[in-house]
Amino acid sequence: MRSNASGPAAGPASAGPAAPSPGRGTTSFHQGRDPNSRRERFSRWANKNRKWLLAGPSVIFVIALLVIPLAWTVFLSFTDAKRSIRRPFGFNGVENYTTALTDTARFWPSVGRTFAFTAGALTFELILGMVVALLLWKPFRGQGVVRTIVLLPLVATPVAVGMMWRLLFEPNIGFINEMLSWVGIPPQPWLADPSTSLATLTFVDIWQWTPMVALILLAGLTGLPEEPIEAAKVDGADAWQRFWFVIVPLSRPVIIAAVLLRGIDALKTFDILYATKGKGGGSFHDVETLNVYAYGLSFDYNEYGLASAVLVLFFLMILLVIWVLQMQRKGKQS
Amino acid sequence: MSAATRDPVTTPPRRRPFKWGSLGRAVGLILIILIFLGPIVWMILASFKLNVQIYDASKSFIFKPTLTNYSTVFDPRRGNYLTYIWNSFYIAFMATGLSLVLAVPGAYSMSRFMMRRSALTVLMARIIPGISLLVPWYFIFARLQMTGGFGPLILSHMFVSLPLILYIMMSFFEQLPEELEEAGQVDGLTAIGAFFRVALPLSVPGIATATILSFIFSWNNFMFALVLSGASTKTLPVAIFDFIGYASIDWGALMAASVVVTTPIMLIALFTQRYIVTGLTAGATKG
Repeated sequence: MRSNASGPAAGPASAGPAAPSPGRGTTSFHQGRDPNSRRERFSRWANKNRKWLLAGPSVIFVIALLVIPLAWTVFLSFTDAKRSIRRPFGFNGVENYTTALTDTARFWPSVGRTFAFTAGALTFELILGMVVALLLWKPFRGQGVVRTIVLLPLVATPVAVGMMWRLLFEPNIGFINEMLSWVGIPPQPWLADPSTSLATLTFVDIWQWTPMVALILLAGLTGLPEEPIEAAKVDGADAWQRFWFVIVPLSRPVIIAAVLLRGIDALKTFDILYATKGKGGGSFHDVETLNVYAYGLSFDYNEYGLASAVLVLFFLMILLVIWVLQMQRKGKQS
Repeated sequence: MSAATRDPVTTPPRRRPFKWGSLGRAVGLILIILIFLGPIVWMILASFKLNVQIYDASKSFIFKPTLTNYSTVFDPRRGNYLTYIWNSFYIAFMATGLSLVLAVPGAYSMSRFMMRRSALTVLMARIIPGISLLVPWYFIFARLQMTGGFGPLILSHMFVSLPLILYIMMSFFEQLPEELEEAGQVDGLTAIGAFFRVALPLSVPGIATATILSFIFSWNNFMFALVLSGASTKTLPVAIFDFIGYASIDWGALMAASVVVTTPIMLIALFTQRYIVTGLTAGATKG
């Protein structure tokens, strides 16, 4: 992989005959090249195996950091590993799985919160994202400025975004309650109350990631063919009909791609939850999603075995969601 | 929204008659700006206020700006914030650089040879919850006595960068006509030579996109650094938590710290907007 790195700079050394040779048959004499020299033999070998020579390092990296650790996590999920990582541990069968799956105090509520958070965030991000995309679709003066502004939330550091909203939603000193007081609405507890904290954080997620969905949908809109929309207009369809019966069906693949991309990340949300509510999703675990729960099990309680079982279950759930969405996509296409 | 505002064919671009639709559109755009920019502006304002002023929300826009919070953040007695900035930069730079070296040739090969299974393996990295790898990584790095150093941090951030770069570059190479490399080979380049001399120079815009996004994602990453960083290798997103005490929160300093971590990224975004949009939507629009 080092040679790949130095390739562009080193150029002629690695790239075989550089100049177009005037006569093919003279290659071996040209520039003193010998077809059987070590360098030429290496060049031939490298070119023959270039598929894996170029792709191998990436694949090996991912296998080393993903496949092997994942196998290790699956292995740990069948053991009683806990407390210290140097403590000896042994198999305990499916005990961790039964512990997790019968745990109605922490595990199942976390599952519910994970999916409620994701479903809520995704729904609003899709609707609002489409609105933003439609507003930005056709050119207008200052379009570049608005596009850049829309980009800011999604590049901002999530932890900092969490901190920002933590202050904005502060029940006593936050600006949101101040704004509500202007229109006569009494102050709300927002993040401070277990019954409203998860919804508030869903709002933060919507604020940060609607732009992402909007940009993906906008890219899709820009690539749409003009003819069907024009045809619908000639046939007398109004703006809403053109949107709902022409633009949405045509954008279907892009919409599903946006749902997939955003949905996977929403399921795994961690940063804003940890930044606003701290360990364990707050003192009442009111924003404890599966990711936060597994983090607490791993690094606060050092319950490695149980944490691994929870993570394996979590991963299976994510795969299930992806599979369902893929079936959706394929089912409608055929 | 009326039909005319959305149709470039029948409507002249300027000097159109007044329409309710365009008014609605203008209101919508103003709302977008207020909603997405407002909170960020407010955070920046708060970072220039004394805590006394932050505690009085009714006087949010009338205050004398102060740099007190920033001097708190950079106060060497508190912790070395300049070091944290350097750590964040160094880790993002190394992770992005090393990922580029591995992923750009990888993406080329995977798109030219249609290596679907390899691509799927790499895609797994984007799907899997990071925590499920953190425990084994922690075990391994502890065994190798590497915890707290830069090595594990760079490797873990590469785990985010590499799949990202690979996917952006794959969709880029798929749009690059293969004929160009074939022409290079006719002119005497080897196949690998054609990649380095023809495809690589042509893919500079794609590489720029991938580099910017990878840097941003690494800079913003929190969870890996939370577990794997030591006192001297702390990154900015982790260092923000220094301003949250058990009893009270130093709101002014917290906002200043948040501004310090987000400003570089937002500046990058301002100047490279086009690249970021291309990168984020790469792959999504092909269906």
